[in-house]
Amino acid sequence: MRPDPQQRLQQTRRSFLGRASLGLGSVALSSLVGSSGPRAADAVGEARPRGPMQALPGLPHHASRAKRVIFLCMAGGPSHLETFDHKPKLAELDGKPMPESYTKGQPIAQLQGAQLRCLGPQFEFRRHGKSGQMISDILPRTAEIADEIAIIRSLHTDQINHDPAHTVMNTGTSISGRPSMGAWVTYGLGSETEELPGFVVLTSIGGRNPQPIASRQWGSGFLPSRYQGVEFYSTGDPVHYVHNPPGVTRSQQRQLVDTVKRLNGIRNESVVNPEIDSRIAQYEMAFRMQASVPELMDISREPQKILDLYGARGPDGSFAYNCLLARRLAERGVRFIQLYHRGWDHHGDLVPYMKTCCSLCDGPGAALVKDLKERGMLDDTLVIWGGEFGRTPMFQGKGKKPGRDHHMRGFSMWLAGGGIKGGTTYGATDDLGYFAEKNRVHVRDLHATMLHLLGIDHSKLEVRYQGLDMSLTGVVEEPRVISDVLV
Amino acid sequence: MYAVLVAVASKARAEDGVPVPAKIEFNRDVRPILSDKCFACHGPDRNARKARLRFDEEASARRERKRGTVIVPGDADRSLLIARILEEDVDEIMPPPDTGKEISAREVAIFRRWIEQGAEFQAHWSFVPPQRPDPPVVKDAGWARGAIDRFVLAKLEGAGTSPSREARRTTLLRRVHFDLVGLPPRPEDVDAFLGDDRPDAFERVVDRLLASPHHGERLALHWLDLVRYADTVGYHGDQGHNASPYRDWVIRALNDNMRFDEFTVAQLAGDLVPGSTEDQKIASAYNRLLQTTHEGGAQIAEYMAKYAADRVRNLSGVWMGATVGCAECHDHKYDPYTQRDFYRLAAFFADIDEVKMFRASNSDPTRREPEIEVVSPLDRARAARLGERIEQLRSRIDTLSVTTSSVSAASPDAKDRAGKLEKDVAELEKERVRLLATRRRVMITKATKPRVVRVLRRGDFLDDEGEIVDPGTPEFLRGRGVEGRRATRLDLARWLTSKDHPQTARIFVNRLWNQYFGVGLSKVLADTGSRGGWPTHPALLDWLAVEFVESGWNVRHMIRLIVTSSAYRQSSIATPELTELDPENRLLARQSRFRLAAEIVRDNALAISGLLDDRLGGGTARPYQPAGYYANLNFPRRSYKHDGDRNQYRRGVYMHVQRQFLHPMLRAFDAPSREECTARRPASNTPSAALTLLNDPSAIEAARVFAERILLEGGVDTASRTRWAWRVALSRDAAETEAGALEALLLSELQVFRADPDAAGRLLSVGLSKPAASLDPVEVASWTSVARAILNLSETITRN
Repeated sequence: MRPDPQQRLQQTRRSFLGRASLGLGSVALSSLVGSSGPRAADAVGEARPRGPMQALPGLPHHASRAKRVIFLCMAGGPSHLETFDHKPKLAELDGKPMPESYTKGQPIAQLQGAQLRCLGPQFEFRRHGKSGQMISDILPRTAEIADEIAIIRSLHTDQINHDPAHTVMNTGTSISGRPSMGAWVTYGLGSETEELPGFVVLTSIGGRNPQPIASRQWGSGFLPSRYQGVEFYSTGDPVHYVHNPPGVTRSQQRQLVDTVKRLNGIRNESVVNPEIDSRIAQYEMAFRMQASVPELMDISREPQKILDLYGARGPDGSFAYNCLLARRLAERGVRFIQLYHRGWDHHGDLVPYMKTCCSLCDGPGAALVKDLKERGMLDDTLVIWGGEFGRTPMFQGKGKKPGRDHHMRGFSMWLAGGGIKGGTTYGATDDLGYFAEKNRVHVRDLHATMLHLLGIDHSKLEVRYQGLDMSLTGVVEEPRVISDVLV
Repeated sequence: MYAVLVAVASKARAEDGVPVPAKIEFNRDVRPILSDKCFACHGPDRNARKARLRFDEEASARRERKRGTVIVPGDADRSLLIARILEEDVDEIMPPPDTGKEISAREVAIFRRWIEQGAEFQAHWSFVPPQRPDPPVVKDAGWARGAIDRFVLAKLEGAGTSPSREARRTTLLRRVHFDLVGLPPRPEDVDAFLGDDRPDAFERVVDRLLASPHHGERLALHWLDLVRYADTVGYHGDQGHNASPYRDWVIRALNDNMRFDEFTVAQLAGDLVPGSTEDQKIASAYNRLLQTTHEGGAQIAEYMAKYAADRVRNLSGVWMGATVGCAECHDHKYDPYTQRDFYRLAAFFADIDEVKMFRASNSDPTRREPEIEVVSPLDRARAARLGERIEQLRSRIDTLSVTTSSVSAASPDAKDRAGKLEKDVAELEKERVRLLATRRRVMITKATKPRVVRVLRRGDFLDDEGEIVDPGTPEFLRGRGVEGRRATRLDLARWLTSKDHPQTARIFVNRLWNQYFGVGLSKVLADTGSRGGWPTHPALLDWLAVEFVESGWNVRHMIRLIVTSSAYRQSSIATPELTELDPENRLLARQSRFRLAAEIVRDNALAISGLLDDRLGGGTARPYQPAGYYANLNFPRRSYKHDGDRNQYRRGVYMHVQRQFLHPMLRAFDAPSREECTARRPASNTPSAALTLLNDPSAIEAARVFAERILLEGGVDTASRTRWAWRVALSRDAAETEAGALEALLLSELQVFRADPDAAGRLLSVGLSKPAASLDPVEVASWTSVARAILNLSETITRN
């Protein structure tokens, strides 16, 4: 019997797609996308994309230590001098003029034109854990995880204002339109969940006048937009439009989606458009998300001792609640989780504001590491803590009590889990905490290290855009993986 | 199954087995390899250049060196190029292994044949002025309607294939409606077209649409993406800035079919044109559209450098299809733009008065002086039209009163008519006065004493020892210089639109092609340099470019030429054979199909429902938006208030563009955040988009109002209603199976809502518009579900 042409068309398409999903079609698929491999900027609507979960061919490049990342972004720029970078010499110079040898020719933010005086550290430092890491008294709970974390005291960045510095921290450059690190990672590795996005962002409330944060910080730049971070909200609708319209039940919504699916299917018999197959799949995922997202956000079944550990009281938008959600997202296979706390810009009243911010963030951050460890998840979850830059050793007089200005030449961050050697301190700033001096770590080195732990060779995760092979770590200088903090 | 195996096998062959062309063409065959694998060290960037060898210049490659000559025309064996590629010593082999680049056997064969054939170099296609080629001779002359078709057909015939059949008439009508006005055809438009058997019926539709004021709105979407138009400053606090009159000016200029050279001059240098009009000043807002900041502690020198770079990136992206921005810190790696070229281009903008912005306040909107207060060009145009109408009515009234007074007994009828007209005039006059009293602020460009511009070495804004440069165009493109004075933005605009500029016209027509075929003749719209895409139909591209210039930069003429071609009218269905032969549809053996742009997805739903408010221009429209979406904004804190009147239903092009938090609906459907020049929007297919169309209150309200229309206008029984709805939304008749699926949904919804009428009431409560009181809420709610299904169909949001 001779099949009619329409039927043949269908069969060919189905068997082709069937092959593709078995992996046998990968040759054909990559040649469909273009002979030179994935080229986001060139992607044509109809070229069939990878499924949301799949990694790029050839990835990971090497065995990964971390499967996922939780990035705790302390937006505003926490002072390294009050947290992890102990500077007794700065205490000695408290109130004295800042030696000009440090500041000559350096970009200055709000202190432009002001007389520059030293401001000594505002908190005591002590040794903690078996490793004896120096941590300030304002972070008592972080001190409890001293042996889990590697403290890097020699970070430096390129930008001295918040917005561009955040952009550097997230995309590796201050030029807009570039993909964020979470987008790069999910683009490279895909996701482990079909019920949630691969890259989720939560922002927290509380603390001082919060930093504005632009959604471009989790944008996908020139990568396909499905790799962009999806913001979840801990108050109101957790995800935009995730709830049915009022008066519509889940089974009605199911029926609606089924009707759309059926009608799309009928249409596709005559037009044979892979985009329609893809759309049917996206509607299915959307429908699943309508159940999985509320389930994710509902912490009522978490035991009291866990709630106490984090200090979480419920869906209140606090950093504590969001840290708990971060763990729940990690458990469900989300690849990249970014939590913002936006209260760290302390031009004045450094001491009271540090107290406020640390009381909101110190406990939950430490609880997250402990909880992950308890569940055996810390081994393959990389946790990173830090701001977009640090703060000046110089005094700034905004507010009633002393503060510090933006500072890009030296600051501290910590990393834990996912292949990180806990209890390590790496790198150092000079005596006054101005310049990262020993074992300097640029933001791009941090990115390279993070990618390395995820099994990605930073130089190989590239996409051609506007004629250039773009990567997270860029081409300005060769980044380096900080192997001294790795297990 | 067999077909699949063949497909896979033939693809594998294609990877390395594509035959080497008999006659090698440098630009098509050789340059892409050199550019990808050699230019980084042997290209335009002086500082990265090794062995003083550059392959982008013939002389350098043919110079005799100590160890021989890199390229000896006619003698591949004596050419070092081949020897070094085939070298076995890892320290000698090219490209060096650590670059990760490798030359394939096929590429070596290309090099060899090229050298054997004389190693002829060609200038890069987008760097030499286009010449008008003769349209080729084709076999199937009957198919070709004009020159465009002959170029397309010749290529197809060369590839041993043929064009697809013409699309179905309804498909064609929908296509051209979405492409030219961004709105679906109404059922009466469909009927008229189906019933019009004149040979030029389609051309008539095209002319009607090109004359529609909505054409300017549709075309403006592309332009606003390119020039990164937005309603907020972008950086840090992302406060509002005053720009909307510029957007209206763009729409008006496009509706007036302003010459593209004038359109260019007005935007880059409207303030410098002798006798600069208010419109030209509004147009000069172009120079102020970039992202700006007044964040406390911002380094003025740093931001001046950022702004300069932003402007050069945008200028070169919009008009030159080039990535001159890459030359900010070093010479361009792949194209002959030097770092000095970059700063010379930047210097054109050094006269823009803008330092006041650093002292602006944290208000929303903030000020970005200099600004002026204007009546929007669209409002002014409307007021003028109203004025004409009023004049007409007045003269009719005069005639009537003459009649009345000349007859002794005044005719009561004439008196009544005159009275009624008087009333109309009063109404119109009120509206005219209102329009002329509605003034909005807009940032403008004002020239001041130019700042000193230096080459910033490595792009470092702290560098104050680099060479001081004057405005100038890239050296290798040889612009016309100016004598004895400093070149201005006006000179720049005139250079860009000079008759023999190699880029401007090509870039523009290539983007038009992309709009109407889903992919450009050169695919990478934003980069037509050596790393961009070699055009599939270079002769056609040149023909279009020359036609554009010679037509007097007539945009509408070009659009008409393209959309009335046979190539445009083809079916978009991809057969398996065609998919295998040409997966990306570069041969143009069919049309493309793609999802509607974000704004058009919205407009389409509003138009189908009847909610659309199609007034032209105005301030920003603010549709419903999830509460708390702006919570991350500060300085000042922001809360969003959606429009409480019919502004709610204006077209997407008017929606408030908050750069840092683009409306979730726009974001879900890939509208750009307007931070950088966007020449091509991606068309993603994501769960976020599905959730938006399923649950966004704008979509729900549109569905409910559509449901009410279905009940009021769609006949009295379910069968006629489903069919009516289908035709309104999709312009075609529903198949039995399709109508059946909708009817099944309706029945089950009726059952659910009958059991729970309160739920129906809740569904109907979504949105500002009042539910129709005459209708049964249970019925409206059930039909709302049907309407939601229709609005969520792939076909509804696809341009086929």
